[in-house]
Order: sequence, then structure tokens, then C-alpha cells
Amino acid sequence: MQSAIHFAAVALALLALAPARPAAAADTVDPLADARAFQNYFTGKFPNVKLEDFVNGPYSMNADMRRQWQEIEQFPPYEFALEAGKEMFTKPFKNGKTYADCFPNQGIGIRQNYPTFDEQEGKVITLELALNRCREANGETPLSYVKDDMAALTAYMAYTSRGKPFDIKIPDDPRAIAAYQNGKRYFYTRRGQLNFSCASCHVQAPGERIRAEVLAPALGILNAMPIYRSEWSGMGTVSRRFITCNSQTRGVPLNAQDDEYRDLEFYLSYLSNGLPISGPGARP
Amino acid sequence: MSMLRISESRFSVPIGLKREMRQQMRISSLALASLLLIAGAASVLAAGSEADFKAAYAAAEAADNEAGQLRDQWTTTAAALAAAKQAAGAGDFDQAIALSKQAEALARASIFQAQREKEAWKNSEIH
Repeated sequence: MQSAIHFAAVALALLALAPARPAAAADTVDPLADARAFQNYFTGKFPNVKLEDFVNGPYSMNADMRRQWQEIEQFPPYEFALEAGKEMFTKPFKNGKTYADCFPNQGIGIRQNYPTFDEQEGKVITLELALNRCREANGETPLSYVKDDMAALTAYMAYTSRGKPFDIKIPDDPRAIAAYQNGKRYFYTRRGQLNFSCASCHVQAPGERIRAEVLAPALGILNAMPIYRSEWSGMGTVSRRFITCNSQTRGVPLNAQDDEYRDLEFYLSYLSNGLPISGPGARP
Repeated sequence: MSMLRISESRFSVPIGLKREMRQQMRISSLALASLLLIAGAASVLAAGSEADFKAAYAAAEAADNEAGQLRDQWTTTAAALAAAKQAAGAGDFDQAIALSKQAEALARASIFQAQREKEAWKNSEIH
């Protein structure tokens, strides 16, 4: 009896000393382990979907939608944007230079490397931001981040990278780790009156319907950007996607290319490292 | 029915007491009428003024700004603030005050959400 009481007392003392939850891997930052866990989560949840097929979003989880999409791809709705983007990309600025002068490899086949982390500036640089900075450096006015010309330009650049695996690098710089962690925090944080996080839909419920839409998995979600969305009746960029998601949860969206959105893109793209670029895409 | 009659007879009230009760009821009716009159007058006096609206709106706006600093404003707060301003513009200060209070409540809820999520987000993370 006495030994049982001793045992109970010791157990209680140990319980009191134990942390509330298993020491929070959330507090230690290990992007590689995160990416592995993230990919394992999705492949475990959808054992019949090939890893590289997650870039096809809802079409990877719904056979009917997939068949419709395959038909749509015969005459893809993003084709006009693609042609316009190519023309814009090659047309010289007023000073005679082109976008190609601002990017490695003349801007061809490099989409899979964006966002990058600029160690000089200490911040994440997305492709959209780099394009506007290129314009401004050459005396041109910046483009709207959400659609039209920006979507056309990124569509063309994505097209030149089709099939190339995402290759996002996080340099050994505490600011880069902090940006990655900030992106992760944004991704999992519930916001808006509907109290949804990005993960509420794209981690917890991919493949499920929300009204008439089938939710896309977060894994590979940016590989298809930019996209033609039938709902938008036009093209939209990564910025547009983030802004729309926030509005749909009744949250006031941030400004395009605010730090949080840049960090979110950095985080999400890193998690899809190894999955092929499939953009531009078409979505319902 | 018979049961009712029995109970009536069992609990019958003496005539003197009945008169007193009637009198008391008259007094109570008078008191109630006076109360209603006073309440009516008070509600007229309590009708929202422009100053009350401005105070309610400022409180709501301050709470919404705080939510903005936490990067978690809600579109519904903004809509309630805009509607409050519109009602005030039309001279309906009661409605404007009610909408301002609604906006403040929404903003406070968004602040609560943002503060809770500072740590709570970690519970959803995939490991």
C-alpha cells in the first residue's frame, strides 16, 4: 500500500515537472524536417496520389474534375496570357534593356528558384517583386501585383520552367530562418471572422468540397501559379491567391508583397521542393 | 370543474380583503402607468446624440486599429464602421451608435483571436 502511494506521489511529481506538450517542435526550426513531415502527411492522406501529381491541385483528388481539366488543357484558358507574357518579356523597356537583363540565365527556366532570400537586404524576394524591381530599375512604373500583366509575365516565366522541380534555398542566415518561420506562423494562424487558417482548408480538408469547390492540397499549391481561374474569369498571381484567401475568411487582406505574404510564399514553396513547376495552371 | 369549485371555496377571500386588494391594484396600475411614463420620457432623453455616436465610433475605430497592428482586422468590422458612418450621416444616431458598438465588439473579437493565435497556431502544425 505504502509503495503504491510512493509510486503515485512520484508519478504526480514527474507529471508536474513535465512540459505541457511535447516540447514543441514548433519552437525549433528545422525546415528540412518540416518539408519531410509535410510531404509525408499528404502522401499518407492520399496514398493513391503520386507525389508529383499534387501540383495539379484539386485534379489530383477528384477523378471527374481531372477528366474535365484534361479536356480544358486541349485549349488552355491561360494561353492568351502566355503569349502576352512572352511578348512583354522580350519587348525592350524605353532604355533598351529587357527583363532578361535583370535575371540569371536571361530569366529563362528560373521560376523554380523563386522566392529567393536576399542576404544583402535580409528579406524574401518573390518573382513578382523581382519583376517590378526590374521595371523600376529600368525607369518603368511597377505593375499591379494581382493580375493582368504581372500574371502574364509570371505565366511565361513559369512555362519556361515547366517540369523543373522547386528548388528553394534557405541560406544559413538567422534572418532567412526567421522569414521561413514567419511564413509558417502565417500559414497556420487562424484569422478573419470565420476563424480559418490557410491550413484549415489546404491541410485539414484538401479534396473536400467547400460549396462547389474542391479544396486543393497545400503541397504543390504554388507550383501551378499563376493560374487562370474560371471564378475570376481571368488570370491571377500568387499575390491574388493570398489576398482572396484572406478575404474569403472575412479577414482584411494585407497589401500584396507585404512581408507576411512574401514569407508565406517562401515557406510554402520550400515545402514543395522537389515537386515540378506546372504553371501556368487552370482552376475552376 | 368540481375540483376548481372546491379549490375556490377553500381559498375564498374575505370581502374586506377583496376591497383592499382592488384598491392596491388601482395603486399598482397607477404606479405602473407612472413608471411607463417615466421610462418613455427617459428613452426620449436617452436617444443617441451626435456626441454619443462620435464617442462610440472612436472606441470602435481604436479597437480596429489595434487589430490592424496585430495584422488581423476583419472585413465585418470595416463594414460595420462604414454603415455606422452612413447612419450618422443620415442623422440616425441611435442606429449609428448601435453599429459602432457592433464594430467595436467585432474588433475586440479579432484582437482576442490574434492574441490567442500567437501561440495556438503551433497546435495545428504538422510534425
